Amino acid sequence: MRNKRVLVKGVEAVALGALEGGCECYFGYPITPQNEIPEIMSVELPPRGGVFLQAESETSAINMVLGASAVGTRVMTSSSSPGISLMSEGFSYLIALELPCVIVNVMRGGPGLGGIEASQGDYFQAVKAPGHGDGKFLVFAPYSCQEAYELTAKAFELADKYRNPVMILSDAILGQMKEPLELKPLKIKKISKEGWALTGAKNRPARVIRSLFLDSAELAKRNLTLLRKYQKMEREIRFEKMAEGGEKVLVVAFGSMARICKEAVLNLRAKGYEVGFFRPITLFPYPKKALAELVSSQKIKKIIVFELNCGQMVEDVALSLKGMGKLISKSYPPSVIPFPEDLEREIKKCLNSSDFPRV
Amino acid sequence: MSRIMKKKSMKYEIIFSGFGGQGVLFVGNLIALAGMYQGFNVSFLPVYGPEMRGGTCHCTVLLSDKEIASPLVYEPGYLVIFNLPSFLKFIPRLKRGGLALVNKDLVKVEEIEHYETLCANKKILWLPLNTWAEAIGMPLALNLCALGALNKLLGLFPEEILIKALREMLGKEKLPLLEANLKAYRKGFEEVEAYESSLTKS
Amino acid sequence: MSQLFRFPQSLKKTLFHYCPGCHHSLIHRLLCEVIDELGIREKTVGIASIGCSCFLYFYIDVDIVEAPHGRACSAATGIKRARPDLLVFTYQGDGDFAAIGLGDSLHSASRGEKFTVLMINNTLYGMTGGQVSPTTPLCQKTTTTPLGRDPQVHGYPMKIAEMLGNFEGVALSARVAVNNPKRVLSAKEVLKKAFLYQREAKGFTYVEFLSACPVNWKMDPLSATKYVDKLTEIFPLGTFKDIG
Repeated sequence: MRNKRVLVKGVEAVALGALEGGCECYFGYPITPQNEIPEIMSVELPPRGGVFLQAESETSAINMVLGASAVGTRVMTSSSSPGISLMSEGFSYLIALELPCVIVNVMRGGPGLGGIEASQGDYFQAVKAPGHGDGKFLVFAPYSCQEAYELTAKAFELADKYRNPVMILSDAILGQMKEPLELKPLKIKKISKEGWALTGAKNRPARVIRSLFLDSAELAKRNLTLLRKYQKMEREIRFEKMAEGGEKVLVVAFGSMARICKEAVLNLRAKGYEVGFFRPITLFPYPKKALAELVSSQKIKKIIVFELNCGQMVEDVALSLKGMGKLISKSYPPSVIPFPEDLEREIKKCLNSSDFPRV
Repeated sequence: MSRIMKKKSMKYEIIFSGFGGQGVLFVGNLIALAGMYQGFNVSFLPVYGPEMRGGTCHCTVLLSDKEIASPLVYEPGYLVIFNLPSFLKFIPRLKRGGLALVNKDLVKVEEIEHYETLCANKKILWLPLNTWAEAIGMPLALNLCALGALNKLLGLFPEEILIKALREMLGKEKLPLLEANLKAYRKGFEEVEAYESSLTKS
Repeated sequence: MSQLFRFPQSLKKTLFHYCPGCHHSLIHRLLCEVIDELGIREKTVGIASIGCSCFLYFYIDVDIVEAPHGRACSAATGIKRARPDLLVFTYQGDGDFAAIGLGDSLHSASRGEKFTVLMINNTLYGMTGGQVSPTTPLCQKTTTTPLGRDPQVHGYPMKIAEMLGNFEGVALSARVAVNNPKRVLSAKEVLKKAFLYQREAKGFTYVEFLSACPVNWKMDPLSATKYVDKLTEIFPLGTFKDIG
């Protein structure tokens, strides 16, 4: 039987993915451009025996997530940039308490109230420091509705697997655009939480889920345990690449920006230009090894990083390449969304600049 | 690089633009949905101001037989223009040789400076969309009139596919509006049909 | 012969870290007695908040999760909504419940969330060294009101139990004290009622304990216990809402 194909917005694909991933509880607070997620969850969860509650603020929402996660349910929240900032204390606790959950950030322009147009300005916040302290999220950046659906569903399994929050980092372009989604059933594993969830101390000693360790040696040990967990998450690294050899320039981008870039790269390749494409799908842990191997094995000379911000992911690319090739940052601050034609011109400029013969 | 795909690919890039309330996003969404049912890869990207009604808005719809990468396009091959601000904004972006369907009732040539240069190498088809919509007693359905005209020209999908998409878009609550919308679609379709046959006769 | 006194099963046999004369230990014990008497230890989840009582889990032998400062009621909401069969309590100070967490607290009460709050009102921030809190009485000296609380500068003390008495979602709102044996016994009865109401899903249940903080009040334990009597003039004991 063919799977059902529906035309949905990116945010709707996220909500459908969450339901497919076994989401039982949703807590959130309205903010543009992601309101379709709570709206869908408010319709879909209660009939399935799940919980939907609109909180009085993002700070409350994330702590409701904390409570529901502590008792072992699959729980999520979604928001957009300013709301994500408000949740960041809660993020730090969730990481420290090793409580699984899924957090969706449909990024909008900042800083401050910014705008409601697409942006990738929260890259650093998502991958470097979601909250205070040394905590990390597993971060996925979908670039299509299909990927948004599949990664969101998978995020619930991986959150449980690592006992860590997983973030879906999206933006207003993917969030608000519609495209076909194949509603295929996904094999999302259920992972038992009997070993740690708070369900009442019946036939076992009472459990404590805490993050306060006043003994400095104990806290250091705790941090190292968490660090090892983040290292294990490297198994989840996903990326897309397009470079079979002979490419002179490699374009690196994620999320919606990667779509605009891919169009430009495909157009240029069709015209015979030697341009490759690399798209990290996992933003933390970053696919450093894969990127470095691609650049060194294909002897790529120039790497251009396109982003909808003032230049953030380029730092991770620099850390990956450790000086290999010439790194060029092309950043587009929020609300200035380039067209594929603009990017084609930028890429051609790089191809044509002095240290290369003209194409 | 693979060069297996020798067949010329089919790709339609369409921007619909007008006032909020003219059904710009509805018709964009509708054509994308019908396109999907017809078997195209599609994308629909709405852009609108913070105003819910009355502001300007536009959307980009892509239909292609290949994977669609960017949902944004600077130079579309087709435009459907409902008002003057949209004309001024998007005509300069229309591809050379591209086609624009323009609402004759709200866009007057005499109000446009440098009309000749603006429209050089571009095909403009003037359609009295408001007049058509009013003629069938559906003054708000000019968007469907435009879709009928466009589909007559491009032959994207048969009417039964449109009906399927329209049913889904209207949902249970608005299903009684199906006939009226269809009437508007047919009006646009038939007007262009009549125009085309008058051309072949003459 | 019936047993008149025994160590509560839910109270861990360990020394309290609380200062001499502090009422936390007494209230911990009352809570454990209520949990035992209702036989709910195996289905109770507590929320430890931020303040002197953040180490609640060292003493109370039930499942406990820690919540960020002020967020105990939101965390409890998450738990109770996800698992309505569990009995849930938060244990918060006046700073946690009424200052940083006031939004979470009042909205939970307004929604009629079916859990129990133990609010320990000692009129200041104990753990951080005795700063002014929303419930500090006028003229009381704290480390951040060195000349005493001046209403023109620091505003007036908030009367939370009275305020919650006006909330439709609240099933029980009461203020108790534990500075003499009679009050201890009646405090326990109120707390027990709160858990019973929770079990019957009647609504939000709130029990505020006037509690001594000798160290930050700069008093010896006996004077601090007596001072609680004086506090009852500003924060009268009683039940402000009981839907029965």
